Order: sequence, then C-alpha cells, then structure tokens
Amino acid sequence: MAILLIAEVTDGQLGLDATAKAVSAVKSLGEVHVLCAGARAQEAGQQAATIQGVAKVLVAEDPALGHRLAEPTAALIVGLASGYSHVAAPATTDAKNVLPRVAALLDVMVISDVTGVIDADTFERPIYAGNAIQTVKSSDKVKVLTIRTAGFDAAPTGASALVEAVSGAQDAGLSQWVEDKVAKSGRPELTSAPVVVSGGRGIGSKENFAVVEALADKLGAAVGASRAAVDAGYAPNDWQVGQTGKVVAPNLYVALGISGAIQHLAGMKDSKFIVAINKDAEAPIFQVADFGLVADLFEAVPALTEKL
Amino acid sequence: MKVLVPVKRVIDYNVKVRVRADGTGVDLANVKMSMNPFDEIAVEEAIRLKEAGKADEVIAVSIGVKQAQETLRTALAMGADRAILVVASEDVHQDIEPLAVAKILAGVVKEEAPGLVLCGKQAIDNDMNATGQMLAALLGWSQATFASELSVEGDTATVTREVDGGLQAIKVRMPAVVTVDLRMNEPRYASLPNIMKAKKKPLEEKAPADYGVDVTPRLAVVKTTEPAARKAGVMAKSVEELVDMLKGAGVV
Ligand SMILES: Cc1cc2nc3c(=O)[nH]c(=O)nc-3n(C[C@H](O)[C@H](O)[C@H](O)COP(=O)(O)OP(=O)(O)OC[C@H]3O[C@@H](n4cnc5c(N)ncnc54)[C@H](O)[C@@H]3O)c2cc1C
Ligand SMILES: Nc1ncnc2c1ncn2[C@@H]1O[C@H](COP(=O)(O)O)[C@@H](O)[C@H]1O
Repeated sequence: MAILLIAEVTDGQLGLDATAKAVSAVKSLGEVHVLCAGARAQEAGQQAATIQGVAKVLVAEDPALGHRLAEPTAALIVGLASGYSHVAAPATTDAKNVLPRVAALLDVMVISDVTGVIDADTFERPIYAGNAIQTVKSSDKVKVLTIRTAGFDAAPTGASALVEAVSGAQDAGLSQWVEDKVAKSGRPELTSAPVVVSGGRGIGSKENFAVVEALADKLGAAVGASRAAVDAGYAPNDWQVGQTGKVVAPNLYVALGISGAIQHLAGMKDSKFIVAINKDAEAPIFQVADFGLVADLFEAVPALTEKL
Repeated sequence: MKVLVPVKRVIDYNVKVRVRADGTGVDLANVKMSMNPFDEIAVEEAIRLKEAGKADEVIAVSIGVKQAQETLRTALAMGADRAILVVASEDVHQDIEPLAVAKILAGVVKEEAPGLVLCGKQAIDNDMNATGQMLAALLGWSQATFASELSVEGDTATVTREVDGGLQAIKVRMPAVVTVDLRMNEPRYASLPNIMKAKKKPLEEKAPADYGVDVTPRLAVVKTTEPAARKAGVMAKSVEELVDMLKGAGVV
C-alpha cells in the first residue's frame, strides 16, 4: 500500500529539506504520495514533485487550509487517508499539531518523532528526552507517524512526479487565525543548517547575543539558544534547541555559555561535531563535546571569530 | 465555567534515567516521581483563570497507577478544587497511551462539561505530544497547542502558540482544548497550609471501565535501549589551539 506524506508548506512555500528527509525515511515502506495543503500550495506541489522517490503529489488549495489550522487540515487528511497504510509527516510543530488529531479521528495511535523505520509496523523513537530509545510495533490498521528528520539524509531532487488536485477541506469554523509573529532573518534555517552556533544563559543579555551572532555569521551558521536564554528574553522562542524545542544534527554545533542539561542535549547530541566554550570546567556539556575550551566566552568568542 | 486539567505522574525531570539492562524499559523503582512540568503550568493557568473570575472550578484528573494520588494532591495544594483519579494500571512501568488517556478524558468531559481543558504540551516520559490534540479530535472541539499566552473572553479564547517559525496567534471557539508550553507562566509552590487543606479536598476514584474505555496498548514495546554514547573529547588550552584543532579536524 502507499504512504501519504504530508509536506511542510508554510505560506505557500515548501519546506523542501524537511519534506525530502521525510521521503527518505518512509520510502522503503511503499509508494510515496505527497500532500501539499494550503491556501496556496500549487507551487509547493510542483516543487515536491521534483523529490526523487515521490510517486504522486496531491495539491489541496483552499482558503480554509490557509494557516494550517488543525481542524480543517486534519479533516482533509482523514478524508484522503483511506487506501493508505501510513500517514506520515516531518515532525514540525505543524505536524505535531495536526497528526495526533488525525490519528484519533482514525482511532489509531500516533507514533511521534520516529528516528528509525525498521519495517512497516516497527519504529524507533526516543523517549525521556532521548535518554532511551524505544522500539515499538504497531497493531493499528493505519500507522500515523511524525518523522524526526535530523537523522535522515534529504532525498535528492530532479524527478517529476504527477501532480493532481484534490479537494475536501471542511471548515467548521472552530478556530480562526489572528496573526503570525515571524522574525525574518537572512541566516540559514536552524533545523537544516550545516553549522549551528547556540548561546545559553551565560550570554547574559539580549544585546550580548551579538557575540553569538557574529561567530554564526562568520561560519555561515544558524543561531540557536537554550531554554534558559529564551526564557530570559535573550533570544526568540523559535531558536530553542532541545527536548521541547528544535532537534538539530548539524555537521558542527557550537555551544556557548550552555551548561548541557539533558533537555538541551536532547536537541543536539546527534550533531556530528560538537564544540563547547564554558567558563566552568565541570559543565556537563564537555562530556558530549568533541572539542572544549574552558574560558570566559566574552574574551574567547570574539577572539575565535577574529581568527577563523 | 469549569476547567479540567489532566496531570500526569512522571519521573522527576532532574533524575538521570537508567535503561534496564534487560531492555524492558527504564527503571522506575525507587525513583523520584513528580507532576509533569507542563502540567504544573497548566494547573497554574487554570488557578489564575479562577482567580481572575473567569473560571469557577478547577478539576485535576490523572490516569495511571494509584500513586498518582500524590500528583493530584499536589494539584489540589496548588489550588485545584477537586480531583479525579482513574486507576488504569497496577504496574508503574505500564504507560497508558495518549489515545486511551484521551478516550478516558473524553468520558470525564462528558460528565463534567468543562468549558476548557488545559493539558500539558507533552509528557516528559514518553515525549508523545499527542493527548490534547487527540482529546480535541474525539470531542470535535477546537484545539490550540503549544500555548505561551491564553486569554479567555466570553466563548472565545485567544492563544499565542510557539511554532517553528516564531509565534502564531489564533482565536478558538470554546469549549476548547489548549495545550500549554513552558513559557506560559511560573507555577506557584504549594504553601504548607494549602498542602494541609488539600488533604481534605475531594479525590474521587474511577476505573477505565466506568468510561467504557479499553486501555490495551496499540504500540507494543519491542525493546528499550540506551542511545549511542559520545566519546569524551579533547580540551583546548587556548583560543589559538582551538582554532588549530578545528582546522585540523576539517570542521571549519
Ligand atoms: C520540561 C522541561 C523541558 C525543557 N526543555 C528544554 C529545551 O528544549 N532546551 C533547553 O535548552 N532546555 C530545556 N529545559 C531547561 C534545562 O533543564 C536547563 O535549565 C537549560 O537548558 C539551561 O540552560 P543554560 O545551559 O543556558 O543555562 P545554565 O544551566 O544556567 O548554564 C549557563 C552556563 O553558562 C556558563 N557561563 C556563564 N557565564 C559565562 C561566561 N562569561 N563565559 C563562559 N561560560 C559562562 C556557566 O558556567 C553555565 O554552565 C527544559 C526543562 C524542563 C523542566
Ligand atoms: N496518564 C495521564 N494522566 C493525566 N494526564 C495525562 C496523562 N497522559 C497525558 N496526559 C496529559 O496530556 C499531556 C500530553 O501528554 P503526551 O501526549 O503523553 O505527551 C500531558 O501534559 C497531560 O496534561
């Protein structure tokens, strides 16, 4: 049977990296059909059709699907789900909002944050902030899963799958979009950037984050933060890395003034290379860092930025 | 309006989790257990709604082992008015799946008719992030997940949500399910007099069968393993040395 993969579409734009990684994760399970839903989704659908391994793209364009509100989006997916063995999506906040709703409507469990696909029924997922990996076997008729994309390579593009329009959005008027507060930045996107530079409570203030950002810009990196830095207002919420923030696995992760609590490690310990700068030699971050430097970050980081 | 707050008993977030050597799960014997941190925030928000005159009763519900009584007593000590414990397992290692929890909660909702259910965004043990969404689906209610701000006016709630791109504000029609994120508030500590008072507040005990729910898991746990460990790294003595090491390793 085929897989219905829900693409990440934001304001008409395809999240190509997340979607292409999710395609890699599920393509061993069967023919992959990608759903692009939104007020505008045609262009995203055309782009999704270029991902290798995609057999067909379904485009659902409807004003009701505009801001990916959970209720109409879940209704659309449930309407399309018959005939599919799996409904999957990259584990973005959108998918985490919508797919459990879809699963309950289908009377099946959702399998969140899948990091490994063993076979059609069996999946690996982290529990306890990544301190344990659980292998679960589903007995449900349809498997509904979100894929933690950090561990999968993006499927290459260059294909041209069939694109087909579908309808079926029903808006019961349960919720209404008010506004998005999105900070635009010229930097790479956190979850797909090859290099991430993150700051923690040790940065001390919003102004001081400039030290983190200068190193990030030097390395062409995305900027991340610990929960403590976000809670203190030094950094916006969408920079948070960790158990309850974003999960990243870049080639290089640089942690500045971050102690290394398990909840933070949950979001970055699968990075290929980790560098930490902290003034406390006992900080747990050094136990996962490939290279460490015990120093005052306000001296070390500008010097590092300068010398690189 | 009644506010229903589902609270889960989980391993305390400060405890280092140990995977059992035989791969059957993590060790929960003699381990400190606490209320799921997100649920403390949900309880706090519910109490604030009551203090602001927007809610008249706060009901805490927990589904699990008998020991979840302690978790409910904590919610009562914080200020919840009464509690419902649905004893669904005798084994502390048996986790009740979000789908079954949501079905039981839907049963509680039918009896209690709350105007709002305030869940945590995620339980820090199974990290599922699913129960609130599933409950909203089963009830046909609106949902607002990952909330960092909530304001209730008449029969609508305006919610600011923490999403991948930043923040999103939506309005939902009540009754609704809202799942709370970490930055919504700072939960209060229960004072000693309130802890004493909580002992006298009503705590009703129920079983899944009272709601006609079968809690048999849909996901069988095949095994539980330790994640791959990282090996200890190398310390640089100076910024210069760190630069050389980074260049040597080819990462910059
Ligand atoms: C349910 C739950 C979920 C959570 N989810 C997350 C999550 O998703 N992500 C997350 O990050 N956290 C999360 N946390 C919080 C986590 O437990 C830690 O509190 C947090 O990660 C600490 O952030 P920090 O390392 O920046 O701050 P701290 O632990 O305070 O560490 C600051 C570090 O900076 C160093 N420092 C200070 N000044 C300097 C200087 N001048 N030069 C060099 N070093 C300096 C200090 O030595 C210290 O090690 C969660 C917690 C809970 C309970
Ligand atoms: N066994 C339970 N008892 C009470 N509430 C629960 C239970 N399981 C989950 N919840 C609620 O659902 C939220 C999300 O949990 P989960 O979907 O398991 O990540 C928690 O923060 C609780 O508010």
